[in-house]
Amino acid sequence: MKADRGQLRVDENECKGCGLCVEACPPHVIALSEGLNHHGYRTAKYAGEGCTGCGMCWMVCPEPGAVTVLHLVAATVQAGGVECTGN
Amino acid sequence: MPEIGNTYEVAFERPKSMYAQFDRKEDLQHTTHYCAGCGHGQVHKLLAAAIDELGIQDRTVLTSPVGCSVFAYYYFDVGNVQAAHGRAPAVATAIERSRPGATVISYQGDGDLSAIGSAEILHAANRGENITVIFVNNAIYSMTGGQMAPTTLVGQRSTTSPGGRNPATEGYPLRMSELLATLEAPVYIERVGLGDNRQIAQARRAIKRAVENTTKRLGFSMVEVLAPCPTIWKMSPVEAQRWVKDVMEKSYPLGVMRDRVKDAEPKPEPMVAPGLAEIPGLLGIEAAVPGEASRSGHRRRGKAVHLGVRVAGFGGQGVLLLGEVLAEAGLEAGLEVSWLPSYGPEMRSGTSNCHVRLASEPIDTPLVTMPEILVAMNEPSLRKFDASVKAGGWVIYNGEEFPAELMREDVHVLAREFTREAQALGDPRVANMVMLGALLELAGVVKAEAIHKALTKLVKSPKWVELDERALARGRVMAREEREQVSRGCGVMVG
Repeated sequence: MKADRGQLRVDENECKGCGLCVEACPPHVIALSEGLNHHGYRTAKYAGEGCTGCGMCWMVCPEPGAVTVLHLVAATVQAGGVECTGN
Repeated sequence: MPEIGNTYEVAFERPKSMYAQFDRKEDLQHTTHYCAGCGHGQVHKLLAAAIDELGIQDRTVLTSPVGCSVFAYYYFDVGNVQAAHGRAPAVATAIERSRPGATVISYQGDGDLSAIGSAEILHAANRGENITVIFVNNAIYSMTGGQMAPTTLVGQRSTTSPGGRNPATEGYPLRMSELLATLEAPVYIERVGLGDNRQIAQARRAIKRAVENTTKRLGFSMVEVLAPCPTIWKMSPVEAQRWVKDVMEKSYPLGVMRDRVKDAEPKPEPMVAPGLAEIPGLLGIEAAVPGEASRSGHRRRGKAVHLGVRVAGFGGQGVLLLGEVLAEAGLEAGLEVSWLPSYGPEMRSGTSNCHVRLASEPIDTPLVTMPEILVAMNEPSLRKFDASVKAGGWVIYNGEEFPAELMREDVHVLAREFTREAQALGDPRVANMVMLGALLELAGVVKAEAIHKALTKLVKSPKWVELDERALARGRVMAREEREQVSRGCGVMVG
């Protein structure tokens, strides 16, 4: 199985659940949480796989630090230990 | 299992030029004050990213407006100045000109920029000030609850256009970018939107380009951003985003309105402002900084002085000059002084008066509502101010017949035809100086030497200085005679 090129982290303190990232995400891997944060917002939630690391969600997010996107820099594809690099 | 060995690095995160914790109330330090899905939040992020990418965080000064983005200083870790409503471009101009090397960004909403601040933006653009203007246009006054703005679309409902904006009575949406693009000076004006990913990406490029122009000193750059306001538009954030693209863009076409970046020459750096210590020298005065040189150097020793004078007459009698010479002489004598003229719009024949204070201590107010000495150069002035004179004070009146009903038992009076005395000296226009001579004699606060210095500073022609000096001397003599009479018990003074 190939590793995702990107990863998404959401700061539940800052997220206001506007849903713009859900709308913007090209591979559609962001949803809103079922539960509420302490402000009462449903916050953005990464589906867990499929992120390409394009950063679109970061760009459309109105909150300064609610969304952090990571890029894959080194991947171990299988337990067999074959190394490959991605960006 | 397969992901255990995968290494990820942060690629997009909170811009460095935005704070991680906001200086707000305790429980709100990780939450912006913006509504969910606010266009300001998006523009903040794009602007901060541009500042980061250009590496100019430590030289950026942001002027924030009045409107929802008034609190930009909570979020941007750069120099911040919050300007009065609409005045951000004027404030930005001042910063740009006084802080060479600074990159100055004026961040404004549509109410701030296109309504109350329409003059400031127009002239800043026309001067080609080297600033970036980020103009966030959401077509309504949001912070105050949704009133119609100059940018409100035709037919758009607001609290002040409940039936929809009607061009017949409210005019058409003001297209600021097009308007400013008619001017010669701006180098770059573009309108972008926040309607979808593609538009937002373009907004990011435009904002960076504008700020880059400013760092290169190319002149005035503005990016107008069509931004959603889900709360006031009463839409979900996603609906509001779509409305920007589907509706707003029709009234406000996106695109570059002006691009002269290629041909633009960098503007010369503004002159560095002189330091505080140099200013007295530039103005040709010895000690201008209160509390420093004037206190240490010329600090007057001896008795405390506290003199309030009101000088009144009609325009052209030299009322203001009289007060000015008195104040200037006080300054020469090392006193604290204030001179406050008060007159109508007429150049001649209107009423005119001034307040003068001389004191050994700092002056709290330049207003003299209860003068120790009133100089009344005509009867209406006497009638107006006679009652205000402090008990034990003096009224110096230009007339021999002092109206009986204005006589006060607790005030000394020196009533003479000063204009006639001046005539006898050579010119009726020096009546003010004769009266000033009398005042100086009665008040006894400033030495003749200081008066001479003040006079030569304020009166350019040596001929007039000579005449004024004689007039002052004459006034002193008249006051001395009067005082002698008073002390002999036969003066006008009764108190």
